[in-house]
Amino acid sequence: MPERTVVIASRAGLHARPAKIFVEAAARQGTPVRIRVGDGKPVPAHSILAVLALGAVHGTEVTLDADGPDADAALDSLAALLSRDLDAEENVHE
Amino acid sequence: MSESAAGATLRGLGVSPGLAAGPVCRMEDPSHLRGRPWTAASPAEEADTAVRALLAASLGLAALAEKAAEPEARAILEAQSLIAADPLLQEAVRENVRDGMHALDAVTAACDHHRDALLAAGGHFAERAADLADIANRAVAAALDVPMSAIPDPGHPYVLVAEDLSPADTVTLDPATVLAVITERGGPTSHTAILARARGVPAVVACRGARELRDGTPVTVDGALGEVRTGVGDAEAAEVRRREAARRSRLRASTGPGRTADGHPVKLLLNIGSAADLDAEVSAEGVGLFRTEVLFLDRRTAPDMDEQVAAYEAVFRALPGDRVVVRTLDAGTDKPLPFLGLPEETNPALGVRGLRVARARPDVLDAQLDAVAAAARATGVRPWVMAPMVTTVAEAADFARRARARGIAHVGAMVEVPAAALQASRLLAELDFLSVGTNDLSQYTCAADRQHGELADLLDPWQPALLRLVAECGAAGRRAGKPVGVCGEAAADPLLAPVLAGLGVTSLSMSGPSVPAVREALAARTLAECEEAARAALEADGPAEARARAGADRPERDPDA
Repeated sequence: MPERTVVIASRAGLHARPAKIFVEAAARQGTPVRIRVGDGKPVPAHSILAVLALGAVHGTEVTLDADGPDADAALDSLAALLSRDLDAEENVHE
Repeated sequence: MSESAAGATLRGLGVSPGLAAGPVCRMEDPSHLRGRPWTAASPAEEADTAVRALLAASLGLAALAEKAAEPEARAILEAQSLIAADPLLQEAVRENVRDGMHALDAVTAACDHHRDALLAAGGHFAERAADLADIANRAVAAALDVPMSAIPDPGHPYVLVAEDLSPADTVTLDPATVLAVITERGGPTSHTAILARARGVPAVVACRGARELRDGTPVTVDGALGEVRTGVGDAEAAEVRRREAARRSRLRASTGPGRTADGHPVKLLLNIGSAADLDAEVSAEGVGLFRTEVLFLDRRTAPDMDEQVAAYEAVFRALPGDRVVVRTLDAGTDKPLPFLGLPEETNPALGVRGLRVARARPDVLDAQLDAVAAAARATGVRPWVMAPMVTTVAEAADFARRARARGIAHVGAMVEVPAAALQASRLLAELDFLSVGTNDLSQYTCAADRQHGELADLLDPWQPALLRLVAECGAAGRRAGKPVGVCGEAAADPLLAPVLAGLGVTSLSMSGPSVPAVREALAARTLAECEEAARAALEADGPAEARARAGADRPERDPDA
């Protein structure tokens, strides 16, 4: 199964606004994506509760996985999202 | 409740000054949702009902988010709306129904389960746990088709009456329609009190008998006296509104340095977490508390030198010529930061926190002092620097040595521990200034957890024992000719400001919106009157008596009367 490992770049971690942006992006993918921290249990990336409960802070390494024909594209776009500081971008936009 | 021909007077704690007159509108306590009769249908229907209820809660929260005034409030409500629609929550609800629960119990149990998961994640994640209790209430209300307890929206301005307000309630509190807030419970440091002061809404908390007030009853509220009157006529209501309008226009026009009526200076300073908190609208004389924790939160590694220097420079550059008091990192086992690597403690409030972290990690303190010194050199600003949780003279001396070695000229300590207040004179032999942090000093003086809602009376800054410790610091400052400030909720209380000035406090540091009312309160009294009020408050046996003796329970002077 294709995977991507990425470090959380957002200052607040995968919490608040960044978590919301990520979960909504995951829900828009054509294929179910899962996320885990280290060897932890993979959880659905489109669930805000599951993502918050990961407790991933700034600098935490997370791994995304998915299956199916769209898997690589979905993983690439979500990994790119996590490697940006979503808090900082929000400040620029508002 | 004292009945008379003119109506009744209810008394509580005045926590946010100002006057209001208007009809009561009640907010129902969510506990009315529990134990309602429910006739269960087939499991399939129960599951669908439960899921629909969650989605209704989600939509309701999204609608509230649209209406929220501040971006922070909107973000909180949007996230909460997303949580209510979470697929895992729906899965848990269906599973609970399969296990034999009816729709309402299934919703409540599912929310409880996920709340526990967030609490286990800790830190900021745990803060979202309270959202789930609120979601459960909203979904149950939707299933029952009864209105959710929420800030009412009757379509006209009103006086809000509630048991107490939750953080989620307060984000939607609109000062344009809520004339005043009255709560049956709560204390001077409760969420309601802090938020009402920040938004300039008059508030009376711990008001016994408030729950007997009926919708539509015309009342007047005095948020300074803590007085609520029913049975007031139109003429009296109009007079109250006129006085409030006059008070507000005075506050809007208020600028300039803090002074008593006879010109004794009491500096008015701001509490900030970063340069973003500096409000150009507020006229103040500098920053009395720059909390540097913001930079360190949620970090697995310490912020590097460049990042720290840049954050301090941003604040220094925004305030050239003004006083800036930087507080070194106030973290520890009470506010854990992963990179500090501190072990868990059974009693973090009494554990390794504040300056005590330097016992294990002196490198973190030294690096921060290096960064402050570098930012000072780069900007030409001469910051004052203080350490949190200083307890002994030896700690103060060690901190002063580290700071002065880096060229920092003004070195001080927060007084949050009674031991430090009692040794104030000795501390000032080592230091240049003190700043009394009344929130923690209350907690440690009266041995009452700051977060404990049931013990709010012990955390009242008018507790005479707390005032005695402030007096100790003020007297030490006068003897040494060195500044003694107050930061914390007490500094934002316009009624307490003259008392603190009378105790020898030379600066008050608070959030921006609190500044005008504190400035006005100081300007209304001479230093001699402040000292008299302070003496009277110190002789009291309790907070209510201290307020009464200090004259804080008298109506404020009305120059227009």
